[in-house]
Amino acid sequence: MNESQLLTDMAAIIAMSAPLLLATMGVLIGERAGVINLSVDGSMLLAGMTGFAVALTSGSVVLGFVAAALVGAIVATLVAYLGISMRLSQTAVGFVLALLCTDLSSFLGNPYVQQQGPAVPAWDVPVLAEIPVIGPLLFQHDVVIYTSMMVVLVLAWVLRATRVGLLVRGVGERPDALFARGIDVVRMRYVAVIVGGVLIGLAGAAYTLDLKQGWTYRHIAGTGWIALAIVIFGAWQPARIALGCYLFAVLQVMSSRMQANTWEIPTQVLQVAPFVVMIVVLAIVNSMGTPWMQRFLAHAPARVRRILTRISQPAPAALGQPFEQQ
Amino acid sequence: MRQFFERYQMPAIGLVSALLITALVMLSAQVPPLSVYGVLLTGSFSTPTRFADMLMLAAPLLLCAVGLTSSFAAGQYNLGIEGQMTIGGVAAMAVLRWYVDAPFVAFWWLGALVAGAVMGGIWALLVAALKHYTRVSEIFAGLGLNFVALGVSLYLVFGPWKRPGVASMSGTEPLPEALWLTTIAGTRLAWLTPLVAIAVCVVVWWLLRRTHWGLQVRASGLSPLASERFQVPATRRMFEAMWLAGASAGLAGALQILGLYHALVPNVASGIGLMGLLVALIARADIRWVAPIALMFATLTAGSIQLPLALAVDSSISGVLQGVLVLAMIVSRAMTRQRGRA
Repeated sequence: MNESQLLTDMAAIIAMSAPLLLATMGVLIGERAGVINLSVDGSMLLAGMTGFAVALTSGSVVLGFVAAALVGAIVATLVAYLGISMRLSQTAVGFVLALLCTDLSSFLGNPYVQQQGPAVPAWDVPVLAEIPVIGPLLFQHDVVIYTSMMVVLVLAWVLRATRVGLLVRGVGERPDALFARGIDVVRMRYVAVIVGGVLIGLAGAAYTLDLKQGWTYRHIAGTGWIALAIVIFGAWQPARIALGCYLFAVLQVMSSRMQANTWEIPTQVLQVAPFVVMIVVLAIVNSMGTPWMQRFLAHAPARVRRILTRISQPAPAALGQPFEQQ
Repeated sequence: MRQFFERYQMPAIGLVSALLITALVMLSAQVPPLSVYGVLLTGSFSTPTRFADMLMLAAPLLLCAVGLTSSFAAGQYNLGIEGQMTIGGVAAMAVLRWYVDAPFVAFWWLGALVAGAVMGGIWALLVAALKHYTRVSEIFAGLGLNFVALGVSLYLVFGPWKRPGVASMSGTEPLPEALWLTTIAGTRLAWLTPLVAIAVCVVVWWLLRRTHWGLQVRASGLSPLASERFQVPATRRMFEAMWLAGASAGLAGALQILGLYHALVPNVASGIGLMGLLVALIARADIRWVAPIALMFATLTAGSIQLPLALAVDSSISGVLQGVLVLAMIVSRAMTRQRGRA
């Protein structure tokens, strides 16, 4: 493999990760505020289908993205209402909505299957695109891909350095304390989940209007579940989650590369390789706090111990629990 | 009488609103709701063949759903049910490949079913182990293992077990006809399949509701810490309940191979496990409801297969109806509870 091929591959990886970045950031916002939106997989499909249908009928890609964001927000509002206000199990509600939205997307999207539709045009960033290596890598894509990278940076900054970020983290960690200081915990969570839903909706449209350019039944089914897993892998830290998204894309490119070579393994098997890696990585990351790992760490060299303990970060303390007013 | 009214008022409202909401979805797609509901509800009963097909869907669905009541009782969202069913099918096929012309075909059936149940259970134990030893949520462990199971069956269909000549998505070489479960007159109804499903249903109900073991499973599901304090081996019970769920799903997979596909197809589970989760979510607390609800869901799904031909409507509307129904039932149950508290 020569250098220009490597550069093309890496640029492709960055482009492929864009929808996943949007979706994981959407999941992250909700989870940092203490709410699991398990509906991502179906939500993305329904939003992607709606976005494509709207863009196709109106001829406007922008309107498509607006519609997709709206669908994501509506599903998120349902999750919030049932999970926060009605205090139903967030897991149950999210799971059922994931299946329901998937079927809805198949049913309502029936007329739009395999139609030619509008897509996001490529747009090089002026000046920056001319820089060697970095230009083709980062600045010769389209607006959706630039936006997804911006979202990660902005979200990392908001969570770390602003009052709003502090409040979001607060309602996810210690809702009682914030309530005692006069913060409306329930409203805060609603806002976080719905903003997250908007990003999840945009992620769906990023597939149908940009990356995959078109709509077929369940074509991105599974991506939402991967997004949820990457958030855990990334220990609820934006930068690490972004890294997880890129790693996942690397795996996908690698498995399609191996198919191109004449390997003994049937092609279909390699497509499940990223999931095996996902389980193994989740197992390693999550087992840090367990007693047997602690025993192992006690015998491990200090440097190994430091690295391993840094990998593991606990989930937001109030994740998945409804807020009970005292 | 008043008690009856109070108990069923909310679920009834839920049912009606689910039908109305789904009708709205149909109207938005310019599809006539009444004729669609007609096909959905009666489609499965129009001919003996269709009725048989419905039962052949209801049986594995019932097996998955009833198994899930066991893992739910232990407090686990076993999303790995699809993979457990797939691995059950793979294990059954692994046994049946050794078939030699022997007088007692029933031994082969038994061997395949046992292998399916055991391996399905082991696949579920993997989820339980990931949950307990590495703290990976059972939701993601299960989902990930679903894809791995699919990879295993794809590998076998396209690799070592491929048809002589060309491998294809249609599956491996069909089993010798002597191994097929006997069917009832001209239909695809292999009578053993629903029979096994009902038997497992009764056994699981008895285990969970009438034995000390079941009581301990339910206690450990409600609060693992509290039950450990009362000398209940909560972790052990969680593993056992998960095994039971996986075994039940694995049995369903093995029955699909023996009675329906007569070969290993890449996707043995094909969404039946996930539908089982919906059934279990509605019935959840009460196993006696599992069978009628599974039957209803199978009726809707089997009926929907006729929609594209009869009305040029996409069959996924049955999934929409099922999803809305489950949501409506969960909500109505919560409202009944809240009202009871007030």
